[in-house]
Amino acid sequence: MAVWLLIAGGSLHAETQAFGLEMPAADLTAETITPAVPVIAQADPYTGDMIDPSLLGNDPEAAELEAAATEDELMEEAVYEGLEETSADVDLLIQRLPEGSFNDRRAVAEELAATGDPRVPVVLTALVEGRLLATGDDPPRILIRAETGRAGRDALTGEPVDADLIASGRRIPVHNPLRNALRNLIAVATIAAPDPERRAASLRRLMRDDVSPDMLTYLDERVELETDPRVTDLLLTVRALARLNVDDPEQRIESIALLRGSLLSEVRVRLEATATRDDDPEVRDAARDALDSIESRIRFFRFTENLFFGLSAGSVLLLAAIGLAITFGVMGVINMAHGELIMIGAYTTWFIQTLIPEALSTSILLAIPAAFVVAGIVGIAMERGVIQFLYGRPLETLLATFGISLILQQAVRTMFSPLNRPVASPEWLSGSLYVNPILSLTWSRIYILVFAIMVFVALLLVMKKTSLGLKVRAVAQNRPMARALGVRTGWVDALTFGLGAGIAGVAGVALSQLTNVGPNMGQAYIIDSFMVVVFGGVGNLWGTLVGAMGLGMMTKFLEPHTGAVLAKILVLIFIILFIQRRPRGLFPKKGRAAEA
Amino acid sequence: MLTRRLFLSDWGGMTVLVLLLAMAVAVPYANLVLPPESPWHLSTYWVALIGKFLTFALLALAIDLIWGYAGILSLGHGAFFGLGGYAMGMYLTRQIGDRGVYGNPELPDFMVFLSYESLPWYWWGFDMFWFAMLMVVLVPGLLALVFGWLAFRSRVTGVYFAIITQALVFALMLAFFRNEMGFGGNNGLTDFKDILGFPVQARETRVALFVVSALVLILAYVASRFIVTSRFGRVLIAVRDAESRARFSGYRVEHYKLWLFVFSAMLAGIAGALYVPQVGIINPGEFAPLRSIEAVLWVAVGGRGSLFGAIIGAFAVNGAKTWFTTAYPMVWLFALGALFVLVTVFLPRGLVGIFRRRRREGGA
Repeated sequence: MAVWLLIAGGSLHAETQAFGLEMPAADLTAETITPAVPVIAQADPYTGDMIDPSLLGNDPEAAELEAAATEDELMEEAVYEGLEETSADVDLLIQRLPEGSFNDRRAVAEELAATGDPRVPVVLTALVEGRLLATGDDPPRILIRAETGRAGRDALTGEPVDADLIASGRRIPVHNPLRNALRNLIAVATIAAPDPERRAASLRRLMRDDVSPDMLTYLDERVELETDPRVTDLLLTVRALARLNVDDPEQRIESIALLRGSLLSEVRVRLEATATRDDDPEVRDAARDALDSIESRIRFFRFTENLFFGLSAGSVLLLAAIGLAITFGVMGVINMAHGELIMIGAYTTWFIQTLIPEALSTSILLAIPAAFVVAGIVGIAMERGVIQFLYGRPLETLLATFGISLILQQAVRTMFSPLNRPVASPEWLSGSLYVNPILSLTWSRIYILVFAIMVFVALLLVMKKTSLGLKVRAVAQNRPMARALGVRTGWVDALTFGLGAGIAGVAGVALSQLTNVGPNMGQAYIIDSFMVVVFGGVGNLWGTLVGAMGLGMMTKFLEPHTGAVLAKILVLIFIILFIQRRPRGLFPKKGRAAEA
Repeated sequence: MLTRRLFLSDWGGMTVLVLLLAMAVAVPYANLVLPPESPWHLSTYWVALIGKFLTFALLALAIDLIWGYAGILSLGHGAFFGLGGYAMGMYLTRQIGDRGVYGNPELPDFMVFLSYESLPWYWWGFDMFWFAMLMVVLVPGLLALVFGWLAFRSRVTGVYFAIITQALVFALMLAFFRNEMGFGGNNGLTDFKDILGFPVQARETRVALFVVSALVLILAYVASRFIVTSRFGRVLIAVRDAESRARFSGYRVEHYKLWLFVFSAMLAGIAGALYVPQVGIINPGEFAPLRSIEAVLWVAVGGRGSLFGAIIGAFAVNGAKTWFTTAYPMVWLFALGALFVLVTVFLPRGLVGIFRRRRREGGA
């Protein structure tokens, strides 16, 4: 639930923040106000300040284009640098490209693609793009003009050639049907590329078009040679797709049976086509049947994915709320600065990371105890300095801690910067666990789920098994009696608050891996955290666990149907109504303590 | 008898009322009659600024009524303020007519932009001033009635109530940010032209709005004073101080709380409606939880449970804010935060408490 609105920290935002709470229409001469132009709503969740959408990320399309251009060049570079022995046969084939008609050229290209020579994709790409040139010599020299500039290189050896030689070359002509055929052939040729990512990408490309059965022998060879299991899977799928085009209906049905297990969208498209257009009714039925089975599997994995997202959102809520379950649930203190304690934990992570930038894993692991201590100390200072004077006056506590939250935010803003701080993730936290094309689980979210449960269990043990926990519960149940029995209640109060604050700090370490770390980050969690604690039942750690997971699931299962914002609103309305039915939450405290 | 009850025993309230009345006369005079070169001349900027403070004072009064006299802390009064503001904003938007950028006589600009075919049903009637004014009190009142009925019936009190009101205003903010709601999304409603045929930007209109705000505040104060000094008000104080006891004595506690809450929401709605034409815009930012909590601070600073303290608090905090945000913008949030802490720890009765104590000591 924490991810539904971004807290961006651009400079524009910082400025509105510095002026803090001033009216949006400080400018009373409304003439300058621009007319309504709808922008995708991105608001700071607490102050409601608008966030300039351009601050939220660069144009993804432009970035992709740029990356694609360099990728081609890099590939070209890599191919010729890694060139050791060249086969004379391939050289001859390349030199035959300028000859004859378009059809001749296509035949040569097909032969080239089947060789598996690393230069072939580069040469064919240049041919498609009209950058492949031939000189008038016999045999001709084949040259590749660079994408930018007038220089280029020799297509056979990769040696750079000067602009004059390039200028003397004649472009080898191509027309559109040939281009289309060539694109496929490039994909075929790239199946042999050294980088498994490229091989996988070219196989996915091949799937989109009709794969000719002529390729079967070549595919068989590749299956033998392939080492990467993911690429092998794709190869087998492509081979099965190619078999869909053979004449024998038995073989077609066999390959459909092989495709049943695939979840790739390309396979589904091909099966759809087979189910409607194949001549043989039996084949059509088999395809229809396979599609149904794939659909039901997809539904299952989508459900699993939602479940995971729900658990993940729940674990974030749990981390954010669990400290509050101590301060609010056990002590009855409304700590509006709870979100800022999370922020302090996140800033501690960032600070340790800047101290030892070369050891990311160590710094994250070090940050956990450090954040606990730093946030705990801030918490104890808050309790001793302010909150202890306000026990028994919950509404005043709420206002005072809100004031503290403003001070902490502004302090961080002044000390560091109003901008977000970059917190890096160690390698084992980035990337995702690939299960199948429908389902892949982000590692950071898996770890945070595990971490949240660990924190929960640790806290449960502290409360149930240690003498501090015993004293905390005693003071919460009956303060005068605990004091009469020799418990230093003031000291216990301070430590309890410190414990809740420290856990908020630990939550901050985990959240720094998921969201932006900035002065406003705490505000995103405060309302959610209170909702979790109130929903689960005050003073009950298990209630907090169930509340967090329940609200996380509810949000994530609503989101596909309603969109993130509406899901959030519905959950809030649900909680408001739920509180009416059960004012003490899911698991209320019972007996005498409940009246206190 | 009534005069004595309402006014004579209330020295602080009398002072504030006299000051407000004086302001309602002096400010128009200083702005409209005195020439600009006179040292006593008040620029239109100041008229609008003080006018804005008057509407904030009305909101603070509404909060003090429920917090100070029934012990209900609402962290979501911005919801009612905002809804009242939106009702007024809708009237003002309909008054733009065909003078918008797209020149559509029927649809506001943002609807043309989002290619609406026709006016949504909930916009019907907002071209009529009386209907819009009715909605200014009815919509917040109804929301408060439903919300309060649900909450008080199941005895949601204290911090629980505070937290769910915060959830309410937060949900409203998210909802109004959505373009699909048909209230202009995150841009809100703005670019107003006329109110009752008078140009909103004109100096005279601004002064008139100022005077209306001052008079409404005075009326609201007298009405609130009437409520809290009545039998109804004494029951409320009993509820505030010992809710279970009042209930066991046979009072339907939730009814008392509910009607007071509805009245308070209506006052907040009126405050929002007066605020919008003076600042020229209403957007979902009004529903930000921070704004609602800040309004509670005005009451805490002024002194809860005295009504006029809320008015003093609204002026004091907003005055300080205006000064700080221009003179020392970086310090403002520190000051605001410190104010929250200091007032709750050292001045539980607010600014009014200082004077009361001194008076009592002097009198004894």
